[in-house]
Amino acid sequence: MADVNRGARPLSPHLQVYRPQWTSMSSILVRLTGIGCLLLMPLVVIWLLTASSSETGFARAHGLLSSWVGSLVVLGGVWALTYHMLGRLRHVIWDFGFLVDVPVSEKMAYGMVVAATLVTVIVALFQFGVIQ
Amino acid sequence: MNYVTDRKRAAGSGSGRQGTHHHWQMMMTSMLLVIAVPAFLITLGIGFSEDHDAVMAYFARPVPALVTGLSLIVIVIHTMRETHAAIEDYVHGVAEKILLVVVTAFSYTLIAIGLFALAKMAL
Repeated sequence: MADVNRGARPLSPHLQVYRPQWTSMSSILVRLTGIGCLLLMPLVVIWLLTASSSETGFARAHGLLSSWVGSLVVLGGVWALTYHMLGRLRHVIWDFGFLVDVPVSEKMAYGMVVAATLVTVIVALFQFGVIQ
Repeated sequence: MNYVTDRKRAAGSGSGRQGTHHHWQMMMTSMLLVIAVPAFLITLGIGFSEDHDAVMAYFARPVPALVTGLSLIVIVIHTMRETHAAIEDYVHGVAEKILLVVVTAFSYTLIAIGLFALAKMAL
């Protein structure tokens, strides 16, 4: 009997079947921001490398990062990095056995979005010279 | 039809017993991120300037150079493992293995370039 229907079993309902919820969406976003941070890290590393090697290269790299588009990408990176750190902190809290129920998890998800946005706004204020 | 028991069929083809190790590594870097991410953002935020000489002087100081280097390592290693887990979930076979190698090579290259640049400015 063990060989009946092996490999062709029906799959459990997946993402496209469920209505988006704060718990699922905040969790997926942790993974996406993690991957996003790795993909954006070359910007930081190249900025450092050009700073260490040549004045003209640095001017070009810095100009790219402080351009209109570059600033938005940097702010996106700041949001992603902060959100990911908080989302991972939520995993650590869960792993230690605390706050493992849906209402609190949802509240932490709101908190992650709000805190990441707050940090990004503060960085943006510095970036555009509103705060010195 | 293959007349072996489920137990026997599963033996040898199951877990590589790396799951708990990987989980603990993720927990460790997750905890380190709580320090590394603010340190990274603040240090780079302060040092971010269009004045090339000021940037060189800033990263020649031990604290900015060390904090940037350490937090870069923690963040890249963590997000590399995060990406590994995503690849293991959604890509299989040869493509999975090649992608894992590519992501690993990419990540360690980032760390090497970052540390090289910092060392060059610091020394």
